[in-house]
Amino acid sequence: MGPMLSVSELEKTYEVRKTAFSNKKTTIRAVDRITFDLHKGKTLGIVGESGSGKSTLARCLMLLEKPDSGVIKFFDQDLLKLKEENLKSLRKDIQIIFQDPYSSLNPRKKIVNTLSEPLLFHQIANRQNVNEKAVEILHNVGLDEDSLYKYPHEMSGGQRQRVAIGRALASEPSLLIADEPVSSLDVSIQAQIINLFVDIKNEFKISMIFISHDLNIVRFISDDILVLYKGSIVEMGTRDEIFLHPIHPYTQMLIKASQGEFCAVQEKTDGAITDNGCKYYRRCELADHFCEAKVPNLQGTEEHSVACFKATRYRI
Amino acid sequence: MVVWYKKLAIWNWFSIMQEVKIIKNIFPCEFAEMLGSENNPLLAMVDVTVGFCTESSSAINVLENLNLVIDKGEVFGLVGESGSGKTMTALSIMKLIPPPGRILSGKILFQGNDLLLLSEKQMESVRGKRIGMIFQEPMTSLNPVFRVGDQVAEILSVHTEMKKKELAKKTIELLKDVGFDDPAQKYIQYPHQLSGGQRQRILIAMSIACNPALVIADEPTTALDVATEGQILCLLQDLVCKYQISMLFITHNLQIIKNIGSRIGIMYAGRIVEENRVDDFFREPLHPYSKGLLESIVGVKKVSERLETIPGFVPKLTDLPAGCKFHPRCKNVMAKCKKEEPSFINVGKSKWVRCYLYQN
Repeated sequence: MGPMLSVSELEKTYEVRKTAFSNKKTTIRAVDRITFDLHKGKTLGIVGESGSGKSTLARCLMLLEKPDSGVIKFFDQDLLKLKEENLKSLRKDIQIIFQDPYSSLNPRKKIVNTLSEPLLFHQIANRQNVNEKAVEILHNVGLDEDSLYKYPHEMSGGQRQRVAIGRALASEPSLLIADEPVSSLDVSIQAQIINLFVDIKNEFKISMIFISHDLNIVRFISDDILVLYKGSIVEMGTRDEIFLHPIHPYTQMLIKASQGEFCAVQEKTDGAITDNGCKYYRRCELADHFCEAKVPNLQGTEEHSVACFKATRYRI
Repeated sequence: MVVWYKKLAIWNWFSIMQEVKIIKNIFPCEFAEMLGSENNPLLAMVDVTVGFCTESSSAINVLENLNLVIDKGEVFGLVGESGSGKTMTALSIMKLIPPPGRILSGKILFQGNDLLLLSEKQMESVRGKRIGMIFQEPMTSLNPVFRVGDQVAEILSVHTEMKKKELAKKTIELLKDVGFDDPAQKYIQYPHQLSGGQRQRILIAMSIACNPALVIADEPTTALDVATEGQILCLLQDLVCKYQISMLFITHNLQIIKNIGSRIGIMYAGRIVEENRVDDFFREPLHPYSKGLLESIVGVKKVSERLETIPGFVPKLTDLPAGCKFHPRCKNVMAKCKKEEPSFINVGKSKWVRCYLYQN
């Protein structure tokens, strides 16, 4: 069986003014020729710094942003060629959970209304049994029936995130995209939500794309990992390959930092920013003139591939 | 206008009544006695209570009977979840609590003087000069319309008698100290031209400009990326050694304290529930809350099926449980915990805990 989601050469660019008052425009490549596959029941972790294009990628997959070019195949259906009316069934199959549970729930709707909306819209429940179904969802995400008639402001951040997860699960999707779902929560609550994701993964056999800047969380929850830097994939592979044998200097740096080794290299201020070199060139210790002149391509096996000329295996 | 004035009067009356009530509650504290026997710490907060008096309800105490000691040359990590009162602790040391919040009782001894007895004028010579502060958001704490160099120089010109040329020289020296290769060029740049990490460096330069004895760093790396975070932490560590500064480091990230801290305090619902040395804390935490926190962190090595969690959620300050504030979430809860709040007791050298498990 082929992959459930297959993304190839996805690209999204934005035009921005060079400075606040000038008319000159520059192009920012937020998502730069990204290619990956996701198999059924697997969880793909996406890591990278802020501004590396993690969220833009997620929004492109949901078609909340229109990609400039590329192909997104979901169950052999090209999403970018779909018509507006066919998107309805797509939205049922792909759901997203946002970072901030404070702004992603409608403050004027009771939880029961928030949950029954997708149920009714996708005709999973009818008017008679919608409340029962909503209670079932609440139980699935670890809340009890009392929450049904509450407003979001009556709940804590962790509870709201549970509701957001419940709403995403309501339409019985086959792919769940979680965009930094725990980073705005407190440590003790984070652990509860991460456990909830593990349960969902095991119980519903759902495929998941889990975006986070915290490598430890991604390691905990993912099967495969994709490392982004300035919009491009620098390294991709299975969880153990990435964590035990990271190859790209950027991945190595991230892993070291997540384990508490805090001395990172400073960005070199000399050297012009060029479009035709490696994007990590300015921060890389290993870089030479070759890296400056040519863009490295992603090379390797399905288990582990990396975009670096200087790559040598290195064990932590 | 009259109505507004009346409201104000009622509010004043409210806060005064609240104060009277709280002062009555003060009991002799073991902490204060211990303090006398120890050799003068740099900063000691003794039974500090901070309350917010609102019109609708009685005062909400965001800090209650808070005890904290920072010795010379040590990095004290203050860890807690959001809303536990970490930032309020920092602001109360600087006496910058925004109204209607007020420090209702307690003592804040800094180099032997009680800061709470100082006038606003005297306090101005403490802020920035003897106690520096680094805020969380490097974006918002710099003025966007002034050159960063001038903003650093301003601190020096307020607190010292330096002339213009000296100021510029000293500022450039400071910029060099915080890791800029081209300090003269950075001097004339504006905040928007700098990256987040560079802005945080400028703030650090400002905080150490007058060679203070204590620097309060309030979540200095939370807004930064992993790599930049590493650089800033390294820099802070170097500066602490170089200038012999003590630091109060506020964060919600235990990993950071493990790396740079010498002692740690855990906050929960406006109270410090445990104070301990960092290595002892990570080997053998005392309070059930600290134990839960350490277990619920996604470890580096452990990849197991599920994480240990602390059940329930952080209580709201308006709706705190009676007795020990942690008891609804505690594994080791006893009948006593539900009735009366445990006091902050000493269980070994520089080990303090607020829990009945250690009270015999």
